[in-house]
Amino acid sequence: MMAHASVGLWGLAWRRLRADRVAMASLAVVMAFLLMLVLSASGLIVADWEDEVGVNYAPPGFVGAGPVAAVVAPVAPLALPDNPFDPLADDIRALRTPVLDMYGVADPLADDLAALGASGVAAAGAGKRATLPFGADKWGHDIIKKTIKGGETSIVVGLVAAFIAVGLGTLFGALSGYCGGAVDDFFNWFYSIFTAIPSVLMILAVAAVLQQKGVVTIVLILGLTGWTGPYRLIRAEYIKHKAREYVLAADAIGASHWRRMFAHIFPNVSHVALVQMSILVVGFIKAEVILSFLGFGVPVGVVSWGSMLNEAQNELILGRWWQLTAAAIAMALLVTAFSLFTDALRDALDPKVK
Amino acid sequence: MFASQFTFIVRRLWQMLPTMLGVVLLVFFLFNWVGGDPAYILAGKMANADSIANIRHQLGVDQPYYMQLWIFIKQILTFDFGLSWATGEPVSNIIATRLGPSLTVLIPLTVLETVIGIALALAVAFVRGSLTDRVVMIACTVGMSVSILVYIIVFQYGLAYKLGWFPVQGWGSGFWENLLRYSTLPIVIGLAVSIAPTLRLFRSFVLDEAGQDYVRTARAKGLGERRVMWVHVLRNAAIPIITYVMSNLPALLIGAFLLERFFGIPGIGREVILAVERSDFPVIKAITVYVAAATMLFNLLTDLMYQAVDPRVQLT
Repeated sequence: MMAHASVGLWGLAWRRLRADRVAMASLAVVMAFLLMLVLSASGLIVADWEDEVGVNYAPPGFVGAGPVAAVVAPVAPLALPDNPFDPLADDIRALRTPVLDMYGVADPLADDLAALGASGVAAAGAGKRATLPFGADKWGHDIIKKTIKGGETSIVVGLVAAFIAVGLGTLFGALSGYCGGAVDDFFNWFYSIFTAIPSVLMILAVAAVLQQKGVVTIVLILGLTGWTGPYRLIRAEYIKHKAREYVLAADAIGASHWRRMFAHIFPNVSHVALVQMSILVVGFIKAEVILSFLGFGVPVGVVSWGSMLNEAQNELILGRWWQLTAAAIAMALLVTAFSLFTDALRDALDPKVK
Repeated sequence: MFASQFTFIVRRLWQMLPTMLGVVLLVFFLFNWVGGDPAYILAGKMANADSIANIRHQLGVDQPYYMQLWIFIKQILTFDFGLSWATGEPVSNIIATRLGPSLTVLIPLTVLETVIGIALALAVAFVRGSLTDRVVMIACTVGMSVSILVYIIVFQYGLAYKLGWFPVQGWGSGFWENLLRYSTLPIVIGLAVSIAPTLRLFRSFVLDEAGQDYVRTARAKGLGERRVMWVHVLRNAAIPIITYVMSNLPALLIGAFLLERFFGIPGIGREVILAVERSDFPVIKAITVYVAAATMLFNLLTDLMYQAVDPRVQLT
């Protein structure tokens, strides 16, 4: 009967987490991000993020439209002194004056453009808003919606890649630690190869080889290169557990090796895998942002926090800081909460380690 | 003593061989097998069957895989990887000339990071468990959570572009000019990014030692807390600190690629990025193999340094 079952590892860990206020606050933040992810992935919110609701680079509402208008204010036409001896001076002046645009460049198509503008192409921008709650990007997309959509990509990449990496690490570590002998030697050799190459270089090398860009590619790159950390810890756990009495008892009742490895031992070491996964998610979200920033990550047309930072880098020089700020804060908030929760989770699951 | 060290080094070098062979096989598998036929990229838009066959022959990719692997191993041993596919510059020349700028930034960065990290870790460990300690640790977590890209973009914009304290980017020809003028801001940013994780790690190393019996003994015999921390604890925490700093050095060579890219520093990391962008396989292959070899050699060097720091350590 379950009524008298003692509180297990997970129950105890949950009690410790409940008592830790920082852990609960960070868990709430992480959950909020995950909820946002589920809602945006299912199309319930921000499905319309690609609507060009604002004018180009519309500033945030709390800044107002003022200071930015000044940035794109017309530049005064170049006032070159006239050459009094130039026989063509009058003609040049006549040519130059009417068609100078705001950059001081004579535009041969100025008349055509004016005609086009009058005919209503420019009027398409009329319904757009001059300011948005947190501004707009180059095309007039709402930054808040774009940040939520970008977070969807970054978080999904982090979660799936971490799941693959921990899955591989657990499988290899279980085989290596449980079987020992030649299997152990083989996987240790494999491990030494992957740790001899710094992970950044490994990721870039794989990115160079896999030509097509895409969310799946980046997930594979991170997932296939990140298994070494979980492998080392899971292997150590399996070596510790395989000689324990409960495993010998499982052997005695005729459980197969496979069953002993994954039905009997794994539940007892799964907390290690969980903490490793939590650590990797944080690392992979950061890595995805850098890869996408460099253009090795998500393809054009897919928005992630990395591609937002890439756009924002050039906008900052023009004084348009909102896209940078939005992506940076959203990412920092999630990663901080996730890291704090990971620390608390590790302490709660393994109280001996401080 | 000397003889035992010598046999230790020889044995460790011998043990590296299978790993090194594995690295070579992995790189070969990635670039010669997964990477596919480079001739179509290189031949460009005006390719015809003849020019592609010609390029394949020049690169040796028309030969069987075991011959290609043998060519690759010969290239590694003779330090001759041929020419870059993108620029035609000899790969050995690329590595030799890009190493200097990378080290100009990385050596001061590593030294400053380690010294500041140790000082802060001891200071925080001094007040361990207090509110200050907890606040500093949470501040570190927040600091680590901001993307390195944001640090670089904001610092470069604010300190170099807006305030004009540093050049926005560039690289000169003189060593002192490069170190004092062009490397300062990258080093400052590198410190800002790395000090939080370093401090967290060093603090845990110091705290591991602070609970040991010899610390209680030192306090019991009346030594001041300052002396206990700086002399007794630091000496013992040195082993994990050395391991961390030393084993991180080769990775740092690549890890600084963002700094090098943003500040136009012609270093190894920037070269890797350029090579990935241009599918310049010989450059990436060469750098990967040599950085892996450097990583293994540094691990050996770390083990040797253990013994210098702590004579109790037995080299086995």
